[in-house]
Amino acid sequence: MEKSHSELGQIIVGVARDPLGLMGLIIVGVIVFCAIFAYWIVPYDPIAMDIKSRLQGPSSAHLLGTDQLGRDTFSRVIAGGQVALKVALPAVFGAMAIGLTLGMIAGYGPKWLDNLLMLFFDTIRSFPTVMFALAVVALIGPSLQTVVFVVMATSIPTYGRVARTQTLTLRNSEFILAERSMGASMARILGVHMLPNIIGVLAVLAAMDIPTVIALEAGLSFLGLGVKPPTPSWGALLKDGYSLIRQTPWLVVGGGLPIILATLGFTFLGESLRDVVDPKLRKQR
Amino acid sequence: MTDTLLEIDHLSVDYETGRGDLKALRDITFDVNKGEIVGIVGESGCGKSTLISSILRLTAPNTRFREGEIRFKGQDLLQASERHMRDLRGADISIVFQDPMQTHNPVLTIGQQMLDIQHRSKQSKADKLAHAAKMLGAVGIPDPEARLKQYPHEFSGGMRQRIAIAMALMSEPDLLIADEPTTALDATLEVQIIERLQELQREFHCAILFISHHLGVIAELCDRVVVMYAGAVVESGEVREIFHNSKHPYTRRLIECDPGHIKERARVLPTIPGEVPDLANLPGGCIFRDRCDQAMARCATEVPPLDQLKEGHHAACWLNHEEVTT
Ligand SMILES: Nc1ncnc2c1ncn2[C@@H]1O[C@H](COP(=O)(O)OP(=O)(O)OP(=O)(O)O)[C@@H](O)[C@H]1O
Ligand code: SF4
Ligand SMILES: [Mg+2]
Repeated sequence: MEKSHSELGQIIVGVARDPLGLMGLIIVGVIVFCAIFAYWIVPYDPIAMDIKSRLQGPSSAHLLGTDQLGRDTFSRVIAGGQVALKVALPAVFGAMAIGLTLGMIAGYGPKWLDNLLMLFFDTIRSFPTVMFALAVVALIGPSLQTVVFVVMATSIPTYGRVARTQTLTLRNSEFILAERSMGASMARILGVHMLPNIIGVLAVLAAMDIPTVIALEAGLSFLGLGVKPPTPSWGALLKDGYSLIRQTPWLVVGGGLPIILATLGFTFLGESLRDVVDPKLRKQR
Repeated sequence: MTDTLLEIDHLSVDYETGRGDLKALRDITFDVNKGEIVGIVGESGCGKSTLISSILRLTAPNTRFREGEIRFKGQDLLQASERHMRDLRGADISIVFQDPMQTHNPVLTIGQQMLDIQHRSKQSKADKLAHAAKMLGAVGIPDPEARLKQYPHEFSGGMRQRIAIAMALMSEPDLLIADEPTTALDATLEVQIIERLQELQREFHCAILFISHHLGVIAELCDRVVVMYAGAVVESGEVREIFHNSKHPYTRRLIECDPGHIKERARVLPTIPGEVPDLANLPGGCIFRDRCDQAMARCATEVPPLDQLKEGHHAACWLNHEEVTT
């Protein structure tokens, strides 16, 4: 197992050597740090109202001012980051795990199963995300779990299709034929030999997908389909800021800036990861 | 108690294609005895890979076994269960492929792959690793313990082919199939690998079915040789007999062009004028007729049978019949 650690270490070093990758690593690091330690970082309870000091501009007491209910925007931004990751990480990893499994089955299994799974993927993809979200919210009500479910369900096809394509290519590769000639069972071929060849590509895809998911969560919350009102969310901040733009511009900044930063950070990280992982794969082939 | 290990008995294999059935193998018959090295020579497309994949039962989905048997230790593999075949592969029958750059998993270390290949063994991980290192040493990889931790791309082509041989021999198989294992390597490496293979064969006493384009290698390594042309066996016999007393015009042309010195290599088989018949639409008579400079009237109408001319020497040519009758 120390083998895979050094492998991971090598990848991290590779990313850190690339200036954009380093930037991505720092931004993502800060976001993750703030999300984990949000409880200790926030100067105020993010949902505590203080009507007397509503709609204030930035001050030493309120770094990013306050909203229409007097809640501290900075605290809500930090707590919103936690919500964003609470949605993005389970959704992305869940979608990746399910997509990977289904995609590998589609790529390696019999043709009819492949067709069935592709039909399933295409069906999901043909729903516009927002329509799908509306339907699910109507069914089970808005909540963090609903957002996770919607985001996960809509991104399974992407992972599934990539995993399927990879499996199909690998399946005809000579080393897999060699494994079969040496008596490897199907489970062994998929689990031991194909999985490590596919996982890298999907991990890069996941890193690039996290900003999309964060934006999606914000978008759903902006539309009122996401997390329920008192819960701080970047999308909800943006929504309040949008309607109160004449009174104070700081809410929009508080909601928008972190979304932009998170998008840039994860994208830089993902692209740099792809450059580190991909040439390596190419060299090994 | 015979010492026959593998018997290919009147095997005919077709590929179903849009143009009709492509008769890739027709009435193939030959044996491989225990501990013997048998070479198969033939031009590209003569059905060598089809034959190997049939033995391992890892054929393309459009393959149809029309006739015949492939008996391994007396059991017909074409009737064996999928489970039984899987148990044979990599245990009793092993294979080394042509292109060493393609046959290893790029993202696993050699050690991980050599561990994985021993999945049937109940030994501890440490014992398996020790066995892997020992096998790497046996094929001439220096410092095997350290090299187990490396990835395939850290080895040269020649080294990778040695690793493939080490992996194939790990289970001490009874039959090793080598599908042009040296074609992708340069001449000096080829000689080294062949010599190593000879040593290992003496040590492990496995039979080897050695497929090659290169007659020189066959002459150096094999006890017997099977010459294939367009999906059929045209001649088979002991190496010395075939090289010095060939009874088929095709074999003679091959030997003229590639005199059988391992160090002088003809990378591709010499081109003989004329065309290989269309396997999906075979003409009557001898399949070599279009390219044979000794063809007679009879060759156009009747298919020459594969006759035993002498103990262990078979050939399919009407010229031999003239000889027999006169
Ligand atoms: N799946 C398939 N479907 C249809 N035809 C096939 C298929 N596989 C091989 N063939 C044809 O069968 C014939 C024998 O092919 P095979 O691969 O066994 O030849 P080979 O002797 O191994 O050639 P090479 O030296 O190029 O590897 C060829 O004419 C080939 O085009
Ligand atoms: S049978 Fe006739 S055509 Fe065929 S190889 Fe012999 S002489 Fe040539
Ligand atoms: Mg071949």
